Amino acid sequence: MSAVLPISESADTEVRPARHASWGDALFENVTRFFALVVFSLLAAILISLVVGSQVTLEKYGVRFLWNPEWDPVREDFGALVPIYGTLMTSLIALLIGVPVSFGIALFLTELSPAWLKRPLGTAIELLAAIPSIIYGMWGLFVFAPIFQSHLQPALINTFGAIPLFKGPPLGIGMLTAGLILSIMVIPFITAVMRDVFELVPPLLKESAYGLGATTWEVVWKVVLPYTKVGVIGGVMLGLGRALGETMAVTFVIGNAHRLAVSLNAPANSIASALANEFTEAVGDVYFSALIELGLILFLITTIVLALSKVLLLRLSRHEGAKT
Amino acid sequence: MSAATAANPRYRARKRQNALLLFISCLALAFGLFWLVWILGTLFYEGGTALLRATLYYQMTPPPGADGGLANAIVGSLVLVTVGTLLGTPVGILAGTYLAEYGKGSWLASATRFLNDVLLSAPSIVIGLFVYSVYVAQVKHFSGWAGAFALSLIVIPVVVRTTDDMLKLVPNSLREAAIALGAPMWKVIMLVTYRAARVGIMTGILLAVARISGETAPLLFTALNNQFWSLDMGKPMSNLPMVIFQFAMSPYADWHRLAWGGAALITLAVLVLNILARLAFHKKD
Repeated sequence: MSAVLPISESADTEVRPARHASWGDALFENVTRFFALVVFSLLAAILISLVVGSQVTLEKYGVRFLWNPEWDPVREDFGALVPIYGTLMTSLIALLIGVPVSFGIALFLTELSPAWLKRPLGTAIELLAAIPSIIYGMWGLFVFAPIFQSHLQPALINTFGAIPLFKGPPLGIGMLTAGLILSIMVIPFITAVMRDVFELVPPLLKESAYGLGATTWEVVWKVVLPYTKVGVIGGVMLGLGRALGETMAVTFVIGNAHRLAVSLNAPANSIASALANEFTEAVGDVYFSALIELGLILFLITTIVLALSKVLLLRLSRHEGAKT
Repeated sequence: MSAATAANPRYRARKRQNALLLFISCLALAFGLFWLVWILGTLFYEGGTALLRATLYYQMTPPPGADGGLANAIVGSLVLVTVGTLLGTPVGILAGTYLAEYGKGSWLASATRFLNDVLLSAPSIVIGLFVYSVYVAQVKHFSGWAGAFALSLIVIPVVVRTTDDMLKLVPNSLREAAIALGAPMWKVIMLVTYRAARVGIMTGILLAVARISGETAPLLFTALNNQFWSLDMGKPMSNLPMVIFQFAMSPYADWHRLAWGGAALITLAVLVLNILARLAFHKKD
């Protein structure tokens, strides 16, 4: 097969007329380059604006801001521990539920589903991502939280109440509810990546395994998953990035309390929900600056997570490119 | 000598494990679909009656206890989404063109592609904070422009990504043919590759519109909200997501009803846009 010369089918071959044959060409190229530069510098611009905006608290508290549990606008004593804890815990719950479910769905769509069902079912799962987050929030507050409070939560508390994570009265709202709703929201993102990377597995590998008598599960667990693990982790990171920054859905159901509580049943706060609730009502430079610094922390965490996810996914596709 | 027969206990155990796990995989799918059906069901059950009342579309948002509609919010949302799309789309298409057509192999193109993908999933509330610091805090008042600007920053990465992907799908033979006829590169792009990729690029724009139609977080600190009819982009502007947020968080039952109506309206619009985009794209191939 390698005897066939890659003529024009390969996207990598360079095709272009003599450079800048006309002034129109120079103009168009530079205009497009300018806008690429704009996109290129957006993230840096966001970072700079957040650092400048949080100057006051950056200087006043230094790194102590990260683990100070206080949030007292009256005495102007601010710390990010409570919202950071809330953000991480809700995202963790989201991943604990979202990842296995997404894996199951991706497995179904790539290995089990009849061909004619693949498209409609895949689309239906993708539509979960299309529903605006405020809808999740509203549905969570009015529909899910009451049912969760009266049916599921008491059972959870009765069973696991001895563990500090599940102590406390069933309020319906809190970190657990927020995490559960987030888990539904990350499913479509993680599933989409898993599906894509599962499709990358060369059929030859899978057929060989089936030929040796492996069951479908064994093929997925011992052939597909090891081959794609980098990409799968990339997908999980993408879901994590989404969950960390999710605002409206969490704001509705987390309870918005600046109190450090170990229990997942307790109302808490996440970075995004603190911003959504307090930003327009904040008075005073320190308060403002503290909120912007929260935004800065969120931005740094999500950017690192998303960049890592991207690197992992790129590594898988490069690996893939090298093999074929 | 163990053969793969029904009598072999190890073989049976593997079969059982396989059946069990595949069953769990089906359950996972059912789990995902269950939420979709539940959410959409509640939405149209609660919001359906509100959607059918004509007052929703021509009356203003009411004070608590009074009858009213969402006319100012609907129009405000339309204006914000339109302006946001108009601001973001050209930037996205041009930047995407650079990535796919001119920047092949350049560090700027690969770095931009990477950063753009990060931006694509960046928390939208941070975008709101950014626009607040660079614009709202400078002019010292919330405005429709700030809201549209924030939305355009969400449109840009979506459009960059799809434009880049779609232009890369255009076969090089098309470009070569145009170049052989003596066309300069900009004409090749404008008249040949854009045309070949237009369905894909349109799909991207539709998806971007769908995405910003429901975005609330970036509007919190930018467009804010307005209880009255206003088309002045220089002033705070009413919009559906903010009204839903405010009304749903309030203790008033009639505000809740309107919030459900607005929620159903937005979701309907977003789902229709998504399905349209998919249909348009799949008709091509």
